[in-house]
Amino acid sequence: MLMMNIKQPSQGAENVKLKTENLGFFYGKYQALHDINLELSENRVTAFIGASGCGKSTLLRTFNRIYNLYSEQRPEGKILLDGQDILAKKQDIYQLRAKIGMVFQKPTPFPMSIFDNVAYGVRLYEKLPRGKLEVRVEEALQKAALWDEVKDKLKHPGTALSGGQQQRLCIARALAVEPEVLLLDEPTSALDPISTARIEELIDELKERLTILIVTHNMQQAARISDATVFMHQGRVIEKAPTDQLFTNPQHKQTEDYITGRYG
Amino acid sequence: MPEELKLHISKRFNRDLATLVSQLLQMGGTVELQLKSALDGLLNGEVGLVQQAKELEEKVDQFDLILGEACAQMLVLRQPAASDLRMTLAINKCVSDLERMGDEAHKIARVALPLMEDGQSLTGFVEVRHIGQHVMQMLHDVLHAFSRQDISLALHVKSRDEQVDIEYRSAMRTLMTFMMEEPQTISRIMNVIWVLRSLERIGDHACNIAEQIVYMVQGRDIRHASKEEVAKLLNQLNLSEP
Repeated sequence: MLMMNIKQPSQGAENVKLKTENLGFFYGKYQALHDINLELSENRVTAFIGASGCGKSTLLRTFNRIYNLYSEQRPEGKILLDGQDILAKKQDIYQLRAKIGMVFQKPTPFPMSIFDNVAYGVRLYEKLPRGKLEVRVEEALQKAALWDEVKDKLKHPGTALSGGQQQRLCIARALAVEPEVLLLDEPTSALDPISTARIEELIDELKERLTILIVTHNMQQAARISDATVFMHQGRVIEKAPTDQLFTNPQHKQTEDYITGRYG
Repeated sequence: MPEELKLHISKRFNRDLATLVSQLLQMGGTVELQLKSALDGLLNGEVGLVQQAKELEEKVDQFDLILGEACAQMLVLRQPAASDLRMTLAINKCVSDLERMGDEAHKIARVALPLMEDGQSLTGFVEVRHIGQHVMQMLHDVLHAFSRQDISLALHVKSRDEQVDIEYRSAMRTLMTFMMEEPQTISRIMNVIWVLRSLERIGDHACNIAEQIVYMVQGRDIRHASKEEVAKLLNQLNLSEP
Protein backbone atom coordinates (compact mmCIF):
# COMPACT_ATOMS: atom_id res chain seq x y z
CA MET A 1 0.00 0.00 0.00
CA LEU A 2 1.26 3.46 -0.81
CA MET A 3 1.94 5.57 2.26
CA MET A 4 1.90 9.13 1.07
CA ASN A 5 1.24 12.27 3.03
CA ILE A 6 -0.96 13.77 0.36
CA LYS A 7 -4.57 14.81 0.26
CA GLN A 8 -6.76 11.80 -0.39
CA PRO A 9 -9.73 12.18 -2.68
CA SER A 10 -12.96 12.61 -0.75
CA GLN A 11 -15.04 9.47 -0.61
CA GLY A 12 -18.70 9.01 -1.31
CA ALA A 13 -21.33 10.70 -3.40
CA GLU A 14 -21.56 14.47 -3.28
CA ASN A 15 -24.78 16.18 -2.27
CA VAL A 16 -25.31 19.77 -3.29
CA LYS A 17 -25.61 21.84 -0.11
CA LEU A 18 -25.66 25.32 -1.60
CA LYS A 19 -26.63 26.34 -5.08
CA THR A 20 -26.73 29.77 -6.67
CA GLU A 21 -28.90 30.55 -9.66
CA ASN A 22 -28.14 33.65 -11.74
CA LEU A 23 -26.92 35.37 -8.60
CA GLY A 24 -25.99 39.04 -8.92
CA PHE A 25 -25.17 41.61 -6.28
CA PHE A 26 -25.32 45.41 -6.19
CA TYR A 27 -23.64 48.01 -4.00
CA GLY A 28 -26.06 50.80 -4.87
CA LYS A 29 -25.82 51.10 -8.65
CA TYR A 30 -22.52 49.24 -8.88
CA GLN A 31 -22.93 45.59 -9.81
CA ALA A 32 -20.29 43.55 -7.98
CA LEU A 33 -21.47 40.04 -8.93
CA HIS A 34 -22.76 38.89 -12.29
CA ASP A 35 -24.70 35.77 -13.09
CA ILE A 36 -23.13 33.39 -10.57
CA ASN A 37 -24.25 29.79 -11.07
CA LEU A 38 -22.53 27.43 -8.68
CA GLU A 39 -23.19 24.14 -6.95
CA LEU A 40 -21.31 23.66 -3.68
CA SER A 41 -21.03 20.17 -2.26
CA GLU A 42 -21.91 19.09 1.26
CA ASN A 43 -19.04 18.16 3.61
CA ARG A 44 -16.51 19.59 1.24
CA VAL A 45 -14.22 22.59 1.43
CA THR A 46 -14.64 25.01 -1.45
CA ALA A 47 -12.04 27.76 -1.83
CA PHE A 48 -12.66 31.05 -3.60
CA ILE A 49 -9.63 32.71 -5.15
CA GLY A 50 -9.13 35.79 -7.29
CA ALA A 51 -7.57 39.24 -7.24
CA SER A 52 -8.71 41.88 -4.75
CA GLY A 53 -12.07 43.29 -5.76
CA CYS A 54 -13.08 40.27 -7.84
CA GLY A 55 -16.17 39.69 -5.70
CA LYS A 56 -15.19 36.60 -3.75
CA SER A 57 -15.82 38.17 -0.31
CA THR A 58 -19.03 39.75 -1.60
CA LEU A 59 -20.18 36.32 -2.75
CA LEU A 60 -19.33 34.77 0.62
CA ARG A 61 -21.29 37.51 2.39
CA THR A 62 -24.42 36.84 0.36
CA PHE A 63 -24.59 33.31 1.75
CA ASN A 64 -25.63 34.49 5.21
CA ARG A 65 -27.11 37.80 4.07
CA ILE A 66 -24.77 40.03 6.02
CA TYR A 67 -25.59 42.68 3.42
CA ASN A 68 -28.98 43.09 5.13
CA LEU A 69 -27.19 45.43 7.53
CA TYR A 70 -26.81 47.96 4.71
CA SER A 71 -29.89 49.26 2.95
CA GLU A 72 -28.19 50.14 -0.36
CA GLN A 73 -26.90 46.60 -0.93
CA ARG A 74 -29.09 44.05 -2.69
CA PRO A 75 -28.81 40.68 -4.42
CA GLU A 76 -30.71 39.27 -7.34
CA GLY A 77 -31.25 35.66 -8.35
CA LYS A 78 -31.41 32.74 -5.94
CA ILE A 79 -29.29 31.01 -3.32
CA LEU A 80 -30.64 27.59 -2.44
CA LEU A 81 -29.67 25.98 0.86
CA ASP A 82 -30.88 22.36 0.71
CA GLY A 83 -33.24 23.49 -2.04
CA GLN A 84 -34.75 26.42 -0.09
CA ASP A 85 -34.17 29.95 -1.40
CA ILE A 86 -32.49 31.86 1.42
CA LEU A 87 -32.87 35.18 -0.40
CA ALA A 88 -36.66 34.87 -0.17
CA LYS A 89 -38.36 37.54 1.94
CA LYS A 90 -39.93 34.96 4.26
CA GLN A 91 -36.48 33.61 5.23
CA ASP A 92 -35.79 34.18 8.95
CA ILE A 93 -32.39 35.87 9.00
CA TYR A 94 -31.50 34.68 12.52
CA GLN A 95 -32.33 31.10 11.66
CA LEU A 96 -30.22 31.46 8.53
CA ARG A 97 -27.20 32.77 10.43
CA ALA A 98 -27.51 29.91 12.91
CA LYS A 99 -27.29 27.51 9.97
CA ILE A 100 -24.57 29.42 8.14
CA GLY A 101 -21.85 30.72 10.46
CA MET A 102 -19.12 33.13 9.48
CA VAL A 103 -15.57 33.89 10.61
CA PHE A 104 -13.80 37.03 9.46
CA GLN A 105 -10.27 37.95 8.48
CA LYS A 106 -9.45 39.71 11.74
CA PRO A 107 -10.27 37.81 14.93
CA THR A 108 -13.26 39.51 16.55
CA PRO A 109 -13.46 38.34 20.18
CA PHE A 110 -16.15 40.15 22.18
CA PRO A 111 -15.01 42.08 25.26
CA MET A 112 -16.12 39.34 27.63
CA SER A 113 -14.84 36.04 29.03
CA ILE A 114 -13.78 33.12 26.83
CA PHE A 115 -16.82 31.17 28.06
CA ASP A 116 -19.23 34.01 27.33
CA ASN A 117 -17.72 34.55 23.89
CA VAL A 118 -18.62 31.00 22.93
CA ALA A 119 -21.96 30.99 24.77
CA TYR A 120 -23.00 34.32 23.24
CA GLY A 121 -24.51 32.93 20.06
CA VAL A 122 -26.09 29.95 21.81
CA ARG A 123 -27.89 32.29 24.22
CA LEU A 124 -29.30 34.24 21.27
CA TYR A 125 -30.88 31.20 19.69
CA GLU A 126 -31.63 28.79 22.53
CA LYS A 127 -32.47 28.86 26.22
CA LEU A 128 -30.29 26.11 27.61
CA PRO A 129 -29.91 25.26 31.31
CA ARG A 130 -26.45 26.14 32.65
CA GLY A 131 -25.24 22.52 32.63
CA LYS A 132 -26.15 21.95 28.98
CA LEU A 133 -24.71 25.32 28.01
CA GLU A 134 -21.40 24.38 29.62
CA VAL A 135 -21.38 21.12 27.66
CA ARG A 136 -22.12 22.99 24.43
CA VAL A 137 -19.30 25.50 25.08
CA GLU A 138 -16.83 22.73 25.88
CA GLU A 139 -17.79 20.81 22.73
CA ALA A 140 -17.40 23.90 20.58
CA LEU A 141 -14.00 24.68 22.07
CA GLN A 142 -12.92 21.09 21.51
CA LYS A 143 -14.09 21.12 17.90
CA ALA A 144 -12.15 24.34 17.43
CA ALA A 145 -9.04 22.64 18.92
CA LEU A 146 -8.82 25.28 21.63
CA TRP A 147 -10.16 23.45 24.70
CA ASP A 148 -6.83 22.16 26.00
CA GLU A 149 -5.35 25.63 25.87
CA VAL A 150 -8.19 27.48 27.63
CA LYS A 151 -9.99 24.94 29.84
CA ASP A 152 -8.37 26.36 33.01
CA LYS A 153 -9.06 29.98 32.16
CA LEU A 154 -12.58 30.11 30.80
CA LYS A 155 -13.30 33.24 32.84
CA HIS A 156 -10.33 35.11 31.40
CA PRO A 157 -11.11 37.75 28.78
CA GLY A 158 -11.18 36.45 25.20
CA THR A 159 -9.16 39.46 24.11
CA ALA A 160 -6.20 38.25 26.22
CA LEU A 161 -5.62 35.24 23.94
CA SER A 162 -3.04 35.22 21.14
CA GLY A 163 -4.14 36.07 17.56
CA GLY A 164 -4.35 32.41 16.53
CA GLN A 165 -6.24 31.48 19.69
CA GLN A 166 -8.63 34.39 19.19
CA GLN A 167 -9.40 33.19 15.68
CA ARG A 168 -10.07 29.67 16.94
CA LEU A 169 -12.27 31.24 19.65
CA CYS A 170 -14.27 32.91 16.88
CA ILE A 171 -14.56 29.58 15.09
CA ALA A 172 -15.72 27.99 18.38
CA ARG A 173 -18.33 30.75 18.71
CA ALA A 174 -19.58 30.01 15.22
CA LEU A 175 -19.59 26.24 15.89
CA ALA A 176 -21.43 26.51 19.20
CA VAL A 177 -24.75 27.20 17.46
CA GLU A 178 -24.19 24.01 15.45
CA PRO A 179 -24.24 25.44 11.94
CA GLU A 180 -24.40 23.37 8.74
CA VAL A 181 -22.21 25.70 6.70
CA LEU A 182 -19.16 27.70 7.78
CA LEU A 183 -18.00 30.74 5.84
CA LEU A 184 -14.36 31.70 6.36
CA ASP A 185 -13.22 35.04 4.96
CA GLU A 186 -9.42 34.95 4.86
CA PRO A 187 -9.34 33.41 8.33
CA THR A 188 -5.56 33.05 8.54
CA SER A 189 -4.27 36.14 6.75
CA ALA A 190 -3.46 37.84 10.07
CA LEU A 191 -1.92 34.75 11.67
CA ASP A 192 1.59 33.33 12.00
CA PRO A 193 2.46 30.04 10.21
CA ILE A 194 1.91 27.84 13.27
CA SER A 195 -1.53 29.30 14.03
CA THR A 196 -2.31 29.03 10.32
CA ALA A 197 -1.37 25.34 10.32
CA ARG A 198 -3.65 24.75 13.33
CA ILE A 199 -6.61 26.42 11.61
CA GLU A 200 -5.95 24.45 8.41
CA GLU A 201 -5.85 21.22 10.39
CA LEU A 202 -9.08 22.25 12.06
CA ILE A 203 -10.77 22.91 8.71
CA ASP A 204 -9.79 19.44 7.60
CA GLU A 205 -11.47 17.93 10.68
CA LEU A 206 -14.54 20.17 10.54
CA LYS A 207 -15.48 19.23 7.00
CA GLU A 208 -16.63 15.83 8.23
CA ARG A 209 -19.55 17.64 9.89
CA LEU A 210 -19.82 20.88 7.93
CA THR A 211 -19.78 22.38 4.48
CA ILE A 212 -16.99 24.95 4.40
CA LEU A 213 -16.50 27.88 2.04
CA ILE A 214 -13.23 29.78 2.36
CA VAL A 215 -11.97 32.94 0.73
CA THR A 216 -8.20 33.11 0.65
CA HIS A 217 -5.45 35.06 -1.07
CA ASN A 218 -3.01 32.30 -0.22
CA MET A 219 -3.16 29.97 -3.20
CA GLN A 220 -1.01 27.32 -1.57
CA GLN A 221 -3.51 27.30 1.28
CA ALA A 222 -6.40 26.89 -1.16
CA ALA A 223 -4.49 24.06 -2.82
CA ARG A 224 -3.77 22.37 0.51
CA ILE A 225 -7.14 22.45 2.20
CA SER A 226 -9.90 22.61 -0.39
CA ASP A 227 -11.63 19.93 -2.43
CA ALA A 228 -12.90 22.35 -5.06
CA THR A 229 -11.67 25.79 -6.05
CA VAL A 230 -13.58 28.62 -7.67
CA PHE A 231 -11.62 31.30 -9.53
CA MET A 232 -13.37 34.65 -9.85
CA HIS A 233 -12.54 37.68 -11.95
CA GLN A 234 -14.40 41.00 -12.09
CA GLY A 235 -17.50 39.67 -10.37
CA ARG A 236 -17.82 36.51 -12.45
CA VAL A 237 -16.94 32.88 -11.91
CA ILE A 238 -14.34 32.01 -14.51
CA GLU A 239 -13.67 28.43 -13.48
CA LYS A 240 -14.72 25.94 -10.83
CA ALA A 241 -12.86 22.65 -10.72
CA PRO A 242 -11.50 20.00 -8.36
CA THR A 243 -8.62 21.75 -6.61
CA ASP A 244 -5.85 19.44 -7.78
CA GLN A 245 -6.98 19.93 -11.37
CA LEU A 246 -7.36 23.70 -11.14
CA PHE A 247 -3.83 24.16 -9.80
CA THR A 248 -2.07 21.77 -12.17
CA ASN A 249 -4.10 22.05 -15.34
CA PRO A 250 -6.61 24.92 -15.38
CA GLN A 251 -8.89 25.04 -18.40
CA HIS A 252 -9.17 28.82 -18.71
CA LYS A 253 -6.34 31.15 -19.65
CA GLN A 254 -7.43 33.75 -17.08
CA THR A 255 -7.15 31.14 -14.32
CA GLU A 256 -3.73 30.08 -15.61
CA ASP A 257 -2.52 33.70 -15.75
CA TYR A 258 -3.74 34.40 -12.22
CA ILE A 259 -2.35 31.32 -10.47
CA THR A 260 0.98 31.50 -12.28
CA GLY A 261 1.39 35.22 -11.60
CA ARG A 262 1.30 36.35 -15.23
CA TYR A 263 -0.02 39.59 -16.65
CA GLY A 264 -3.75 38.95 -17.06
CA MET B 1 12.08 30.04 -25.77
CA PRO B 2 8.28 29.91 -25.28
CA GLU B 3 6.74 33.39 -24.99
CA GLU B 4 4.68 32.23 -22.00
CA LEU B 5 7.84 32.14 -19.90
CA LYS B 6 8.34 35.87 -20.29
CA LEU B 7 4.95 37.02 -19.03
CA HIS B 8 5.23 36.73 -15.26
CA ILE B 9 4.83 39.85 -13.18
CA SER B 10 8.07 38.85 -11.45
CA LYS B 11 10.93 39.30 -13.94
CA ARG B 12 13.15 37.22 -11.71
CA PHE B 13 10.66 34.34 -12.08
CA ASN B 14 10.82 34.76 -15.87
CA ARG B 15 14.61 34.63 -15.72
CA ASP B 16 14.72 31.61 -13.41
CA LEU B 17 12.36 29.57 -15.59
CA ALA B 18 14.18 30.57 -18.77
CA THR B 19 17.50 29.57 -17.19
CA LEU B 20 16.06 26.22 -16.18
CA VAL B 21 14.92 25.49 -19.75
CA SER B 22 18.16 26.71 -21.28
CA GLN B 23 20.29 24.61 -18.92
CA LEU B 24 18.21 21.52 -19.65
CA LEU B 25 18.78 22.04 -23.37
CA GLN B 26 22.50 22.53 -22.77
CA MET B 27 22.53 19.28 -20.82
CA GLY B 28 20.68 17.60 -23.69
CA GLY B 29 23.21 18.97 -26.17
CA THR B 30 26.05 17.61 -24.06
CA VAL B 31 24.49 14.15 -23.92
CA GLU B 32 23.91 14.29 -27.68
CA LEU B 33 27.59 15.10 -28.24
CA GLN B 34 28.63 12.38 -25.77
CA LEU B 35 26.57 9.74 -27.57
CA LYS B 36 27.74 10.86 -31.01
CA SER B 37 31.38 10.79 -29.89
CA ALA B 38 31.02 7.31 -28.38
CA LEU B 39 29.32 5.89 -31.49
CA ASP B 40 31.54 7.62 -34.08
CA GLY B 41 34.61 6.69 -32.07
CA LEU B 42 33.57 3.05 -31.92
CA LEU B 43 32.44 2.73 -35.54
CA ASN B 44 35.32 4.69 -37.07
CA GLY B 45 38.00 3.44 -34.69
CA GLU B 46 38.83 6.92 -33.34
CA VAL B 47 40.14 6.60 -29.79
CA GLY B 48 40.10 10.38 -29.27
CA LEU B 49 36.34 10.53 -29.75
CA VAL B 50 35.75 7.63 -27.40
CA GLN B 51 37.94 9.39 -24.82
CA GLN B 52 35.88 12.57 -25.28
CA ALA B 53 32.66 10.63 -24.65
CA LYS B 54 34.12 9.33 -21.39
CA GLU B 55 35.20 12.80 -20.29
CA LEU B 56 31.81 14.37 -21.02
CA GLU B 57 30.27 12.15 -18.36
CA GLU B 58 31.54 14.49 -15.67
CA LYS B 59 29.92 17.50 -17.34
CA VAL B 60 26.57 15.68 -17.63
CA ASP B 61 26.74 14.78 -13.93
CA GLN B 62 27.37 18.43 -13.07
CA PHE B 63 24.29 19.46 -15.05
CA ASP B 64 22.34 16.80 -13.17
CA LEU B 65 23.31 18.32 -9.81
CA ILE B 66 22.83 21.94 -10.90
CA LEU B 67 19.42 21.32 -12.46
CA GLY B 68 18.21 19.15 -9.57
CA GLU B 69 19.08 21.97 -7.19
CA ALA B 70 17.51 24.60 -9.50
CA CYS B 71 14.23 22.63 -9.67
CA ALA B 72 14.15 22.32 -5.88
CA GLN B 73 14.79 26.06 -5.55
CA MET B 74 12.04 26.79 -8.03
CA LEU B 75 9.55 24.69 -6.05
CA VAL B 76 10.55 26.18 -2.70
CA LEU B 77 10.89 29.82 -3.68
CA ARG B 78 8.22 30.22 -6.35
CA GLN B 79 5.68 27.50 -5.57
CA PRO B 80 4.86 27.35 -9.28
CA ALA B 81 1.33 26.40 -10.38
CA ALA B 82 -0.32 25.12 -13.54
CA SER B 83 1.95 25.24 -16.63
CA ASP B 84 4.91 26.52 -14.56
CA LEU B 85 4.50 23.62 -12.13
CA ARG B 86 4.21 21.11 -14.95
CA MET B 87 7.31 22.54 -16.59
CA THR B 88 9.34 22.36 -13.38
CA LEU B 89 8.22 18.79 -12.69
CA ALA B 90 8.85 17.76 -16.31
CA ILE B 91 12.34 19.30 -16.30
CA ASN B 92 13.14 17.51 -13.06
CA LYS B 93 12.22 14.16 -14.65
CA CYS B 94 13.91 14.93 -17.99
CA VAL B 95 17.13 15.69 -16.11
CA SER B 96 17.10 12.16 -14.66
CA ASP B 97 16.49 10.65 -18.10
CA LEU B 98 19.29 12.70 -19.67
CA GLU B 99 21.66 11.74 -16.87
CA ARG B 100 20.92 8.06 -17.46
CA MET B 101 21.39 8.53 -21.20
CA GLY B 102 24.78 10.00 -20.34
CA ASP B 103 25.55 6.90 -18.23
CA GLU B 104 24.63 4.66 -21.16
CA ALA B 105 26.77 6.70 -23.59
CA HIS B 106 29.62 6.38 -21.09
CA LYS B 107 29.09 2.60 -20.99
CA ILE B 108 29.27 2.49 -24.81
CA ALA B 109 32.56 4.42 -24.68
CA ARG B 110 33.92 2.06 -22.02
CA VAL B 111 33.06 -1.05 -24.07
CA ALA B 112 34.31 0.62 -27.28
CA LEU B 113 37.96 0.54 -26.22
CA PRO B 114 38.29 -3.29 -25.87
CA LEU B 115 36.21 -3.70 -29.03
CA MET B 116 38.61 -1.45 -30.95
CA GLU B 117 41.63 -3.22 -29.49
CA ASP B 118 40.19 -6.58 -30.62
CA GLY B 119 40.91 -5.67 -34.21
CA GLN B 120 39.28 -6.32 -37.51
CA SER B 121 35.98 -8.19 -36.92
CA LEU B 122 33.04 -5.92 -37.61
CA THR B 123 30.31 -8.37 -36.60
CA GLY B 124 27.31 -6.48 -35.21
CA PHE B 125 28.60 -3.07 -36.31
CA VAL B 126 25.92 -2.76 -39.00
CA GLU B 127 23.27 -3.16 -36.32
CA VAL B 128 25.05 -0.72 -33.99
CA ARG B 129 25.31 1.88 -36.77
CA HIS B 130 21.68 1.46 -37.78
CA ILE B 131 20.13 1.48 -34.30
CA GLY B 132 22.62 4.15 -33.23
CA GLN B 133 21.49 6.52 -36.00
CA HIS B 134 17.88 5.86 -35.12
CA VAL B 135 18.42 6.61 -31.43
CA MET B 136 20.56 9.69 -32.17
CA GLN B 137 17.72 11.08 -34.26
CA MET B 138 15.22 10.36 -31.47
CA LEU B 139 17.39 12.24 -28.97
CA HIS B 140 17.86 15.15 -31.34
CA ASP B 141 14.13 15.35 -32.11
CA VAL B 142 13.00 15.08 -28.53
CA LEU B 143 15.27 17.96 -27.50
CA HIS B 144 13.93 19.96 -30.42
CA ALA B 145 10.37 19.08 -29.37
CA PHE B 146 11.15 20.28 -25.85
CA SER B 147 12.55 23.61 -26.96
CA ARG B 148 9.54 24.23 -29.25
CA GLN B 149 7.00 22.58 -26.93
CA ASP B 150 6.02 20.55 -29.97
CA ILE B 151 3.68 17.71 -28.94
CA SER B 152 3.42 16.34 -32.45
CA LEU B 153 7.17 15.81 -32.70
CA ALA B 154 7.24 14.39 -29.17
CA LEU B 155 4.57 11.83 -30.08
CA HIS B 156 6.52 10.91 -33.21
CA VAL B 157 9.54 10.18 -31.03
CA LYS B 158 7.42 8.05 -28.70
CA SER B 159 6.09 5.99 -31.58
CA ARG B 160 9.58 5.44 -33.02
CA ASP B 161 10.75 3.76 -29.81
CA GLU B 162 8.75 0.69 -30.78
CA GLN B 163 10.75 0.44 -34.02
CA VAL B 164 14.01 0.59 -32.02
CA ASP B 165 12.76 -2.22 -29.77
CA ILE B 166 11.92 -4.38 -32.82
CA GLU B 167 15.32 -3.77 -34.42
CA TYR B 168 17.07 -4.42 -31.09
CA ARG B 169 15.35 -7.80 -30.71
CA SER B 170 16.15 -8.69 -34.29
CA ALA B 171 19.84 -7.76 -33.82
CA MET B 172 19.96 -9.84 -30.63
CA ARG B 173 18.67 -12.91 -32.49
CA THR B 174 21.29 -12.47 -35.22
CA LEU B 175 24.14 -12.06 -32.72
CA MET B 176 22.98 -15.02 -30.60
CA THR B 177 23.00 -17.23 -33.68
CA PHE B 178 26.47 -15.99 -34.53
CA MET B 179 27.75 -16.77 -31.03
CA MET B 180 26.35 -20.29 -31.21
CA GLU B 181 28.01 -20.86 -34.55
CA GLU B 182 31.35 -19.35 -33.55
CA PRO B 183 31.81 -19.66 -29.79
CA GLN B 184 35.28 -18.07 -29.93
CA THR B 185 33.56 -14.75 -30.71
CA ILE B 186 31.39 -14.81 -27.59
CA SER B 187 33.34 -12.30 -25.47
CA ARG B 188 33.62 -9.84 -28.36
CA ILE B 189 29.98 -10.14 -29.36
CA MET B 190 28.88 -9.76 -25.75
CA ASN B 191 30.50 -6.32 -25.84
CA VAL B 192 28.54 -5.48 -29.00
CA ILE B 193 25.38 -6.63 -27.22
CA TRP B 194 26.17 -4.24 -24.31
CA VAL B 195 26.40 -1.41 -26.82
CA LEU B 196 23.07 -2.34 -28.41
CA ARG B 197 21.45 -2.66 -25.02
CA SER B 198 22.66 0.82 -24.05
CA LEU B 199 21.27 2.22 -27.30
CA GLU B 200 17.92 0.56 -26.68
CA ARG B 201 17.80 2.12 -23.21
CA ILE B 202 18.69 5.55 -24.56
CA GLY B 203 15.68 5.16 -26.88
CA ASP B 204 13.51 4.39 -23.84
CA HIS B 205 14.75 7.52 -22.07
CA ALA B 206 14.05 9.65 -25.17
CA CYS B 207 10.55 8.20 -25.08
CA ASN B 208 10.20 9.19 -21.40
CA ILE B 209 11.20 12.75 -22.25
CA ALA B 210 8.62 12.79 -25.06
CA GLU B 211 5.95 11.78 -22.52
CA GLN B 212 7.05 14.58 -20.20
CA ILE B 213 6.71 17.09 -23.04
CA VAL B 214 3.08 16.06 -23.55
CA TYR B 215 2.49 16.41 -19.80
CA MET B 216 4.23 19.78 -19.70
CA VAL B 217 2.28 21.25 -22.62
CA GLN B 218 -1.09 19.53 -22.31
CA GLY B 219 -1.28 18.39 -18.70
CA ARG B 220 -1.96 14.83 -19.91
CA ASP B 221 -0.13 11.87 -18.47
CA ILE B 222 0.48 9.43 -21.33
CA ARG B 223 3.20 7.39 -19.61
CA HIS B 224 1.06 4.28 -19.54
CA ALA B 225 -1.19 5.09 -22.47
CA SER B 226 -1.79 2.41 -25.10
CA LYS B 227 -1.06 2.95 -28.79
CA GLU B 228 -4.79 3.47 -29.35
CA GLU B 229 -4.95 6.15 -26.66
CA VAL B 230 -1.98 7.97 -28.18
CA ALA B 231 -3.66 7.77 -31.61
CA LYS B 232 -6.84 9.21 -30.05
CA LEU B 233 -4.85 12.06 -28.56
CA LEU B 234 -3.35 12.79 -31.96
CA ASN B 235 -6.84 12.87 -33.43
CA GLN B 236 -8.02 15.25 -30.75
CA LEU B 237 -5.08 17.48 -31.50
CA ASN B 238 -5.91 17.28 -35.20
CA LEU B 239 -2.44 16.01 -35.91
CA SER B 240 -1.52 13.35 -38.39
CA GLU B 241 -0.69 9.96 -36.96
CA PRO B 242 3.05 9.45 -36.76
